[in-house]
Amino acid sequence: MFRFALSRLALIVPTFIGVSIVAFAFIRLLPGDPIMLLAGERGMSAERYAELQAEMGFDRPIVAQYFDYLLGLFQGDLGTSIVTKRPVLEEFFTLFPATIELAFCAIVLATTIGIPLGVLAAVKRGSWIDQTVMGTALVGYSMPIFWWGLLLIILFSGTLGWTPVSGRISLMYFFPPVTGFMLIDSLLSGQEGAFTSALSHLILPTVVLATIPLAVIARQTRSAMLEVLGEDYVRTARSKGLSPRRVIGLHALRNAMIPVITTVGLQVGVLLAGAILTETIFSWPGIGKWMVDSVFRRDYAVVQGGLLLIAIIIMFVNLIVDMLYGLINPRIRH
Amino acid sequence: MPILDIQNLSVTFETSSGPFKAVDGITLSVDSGEILSIVGESGSGKSVSMLALMGLLPWTATITADRMQFAGQNLATMSARQRRKIIGKDISMIFQEPMSSLNPCFTVGFQIGETLRQHLGMDRKARRARTIELLDLVGIPAPEDRLSTFPHQLSGGMSQRVMIAMALACKPKLLIADEPTTALDVTIQAQILDLLVRLQKETDMGLILITHDMGVVAETAERVQVQYAGQKVEEQHVKALFRDPHHPYTAALLAALPERARGRDRLPSIPGVVPGPSDRPPACLFEPRCTFATDLCRQTVKRQDEALGQALCNYPLVAGRPQNHPSQSHATDETRKELT
Ligand SMILES: Nc1ncnc2c1ncn2[C@@H]1O[C@H](COP(=O)(O)OP(=O)(O)OP(=O)(O)O)[C@@H](O)[C@H]1O
Ligand code: SF4
Ligand SMILES: [Mg+2]
Repeated sequence: MFRFALSRLALIVPTFIGVSIVAFAFIRLLPGDPIMLLAGERGMSAERYAELQAEMGFDRPIVAQYFDYLLGLFQGDLGTSIVTKRPVLEEFFTLFPATIELAFCAIVLATTIGIPLGVLAAVKRGSWIDQTVMGTALVGYSMPIFWWGLLLIILFSGTLGWTPVSGRISLMYFFPPVTGFMLIDSLLSGQEGAFTSALSHLILPTVVLATIPLAVIARQTRSAMLEVLGEDYVRTARSKGLSPRRVIGLHALRNAMIPVITTVGLQVGVLLAGAILTETIFSWPGIGKWMVDSVFRRDYAVVQGGLLLIAIIIMFVNLIVDMLYGLINPRIRH
Repeated sequence: MPILDIQNLSVTFETSSGPFKAVDGITLSVDSGEILSIVGESGSGKSVSMLALMGLLPWTATITADRMQFAGQNLATMSARQRRKIIGKDISMIFQEPMSSLNPCFTVGFQIGETLRQHLGMDRKARRARTIELLDLVGIPAPEDRLSTFPHQLSGGMSQRVMIAMALACKPKLLIADEPTTALDVTIQAQILDLLVRLQKETDMGLILITHDMGVVAETAERVQVQYAGQKVEEQHVKALFRDPHHPYTAALLAALPERARGRDRLPSIPGVVPGPSDRPPACLFEPRCTFATDLCRQTVKRQDEALGQALCNYPLVAGRPQNHPSQSHATDETRKELT
């Protein structure tokens, strides 16, 4: 297990360098100049422009810029935002909890609904239940997030007025962040109604973000279950006189979970990508919205730093998933 | 009074190409303390008939029977819940592929203990003690260390021993062994068969031993039932069956035994395969492969009486000769021709 983890870690370094190059190149390939954007409508003099360029190191050859950047990275320095002048890492950690909160709720929703639905569809294979579940999953899977988000806002926030349109909590409430997670902080604040407000702000974004992973997980669970239900050991379990609930919920599901866990792990990447859109739709102050805003401002340091951090998170999550995989599948553990 | 008594059991599967009768009017009975062997080629419905009795067939199967009685209880009319109180406890079953029959995610100790908890409500300590006892009984060395073993760490033979331990956990009255040695090495096969027979003698349970290997039958069984394409074609005591098979199919199976085929280059085998749903012959199902087939065999087939092993054949063999067969005279004609 330890060697396994080490070998995975060894893979992370080259991936890391690759991502750093891509992130560095990507934002520079976009047309537009961060300094000119900073100046806005007024424009600026040529001297001032050259001065700022030198200050930010943009006058140096591009390869030199990259190696400066890489050197900084190895010292743990991801650079400073051109716009806010704050260190990228610091901004990231202020905004990251909002994204984690959203992504976590979404993945919890997607698994707690997707797995039982997949199991149900597999057990009732071919029935109207199966067809309904799989049909809905197909729709969910191909749902354009942006459109879906707007649709829900129009219905639930507009027509029905049940949920707020944007943000993490009503402006009525204010308290200093303790954990950065609004659900927890609102409880800690002790202010009446704060938690409910935070929760109601969370519902729609969570649903929107969970839609695709939920569909994927339901489909994967169904096919894994179908395969497992035909296995000899399921017949053995039934021949022991165990109840159908135990046969399906324990003997079959435990085996079906092995591929499903991998799928759930892969969904974390999908979630972070989805978070970019979802946060933009709901003005959710997380790293997704931060990235989008920074791309528009051509905030080089933030975009490349942010992409790198997101890549690290995805690699890290995949590592955890691999470990979990070994934990649930004894054939790998030993 | 037999422990298991089945009359006229049929199983029909609903398939995409229409209904398929995999088991066609099987009758069988087993006494406690007796070994009944069911022999037949692949596809002759041996497994399906046993799974029907265990209630383990998928919903596409329709089961009918005149009687399905186990230890005085009617299996045919009982609810699934009632049946679950019996299977795994009083009737248990082991399968052809021991390696894939154990759940890879759970330890050996857990899988045996689960049966004990389900049917006997034993607590953890009692389960552990009984599991060790069972593993010891089936000849697994260092049973205590085996409790936390996962199936993939066991060989095929060891897995089958674990399956046997699990099947015996609640001291069943009837054990169904569905080709328990087919997937194992030859040397291991003998060990597992010896183990099964020894345990059957010790516990006085009934044992149904399914196989397609006449060699296995010769070594273990008392009574033999030969099955072909879902039908019982013959039933005799093992010695009598080997001495004087009455159905041409049985005779062909015996002729394929290596020791009987001595002196030839290749083992004789029966040409053709068991008929499937699409190529089912009208009367005798063995007719396309039978050397004695006549027009009569395409119109009707007759069940012989006990003295002829209940053979399902128009011309049952006696001492290797088909009775009342039209070729009898014809054959003598030919011999005469050859002589002249
Ligand atoms: N679920 C099912 N649906 C449709 N047909 C089935 C099903 N299960 C078995 N059959 C068919 O029933 C027939 C009898 O199968 P069965 O498994 O009982 O044969 P068997 O005598 O046990 O052979 P083997 O020696 O290969 O184990 C086969 O033709 C098989 O294809
Ligand atoms: S009935 Fe005819 S075809 Fe069938 S086994 Fe007997 S002799 Fe052969
Ligand atoms: Mg079989």
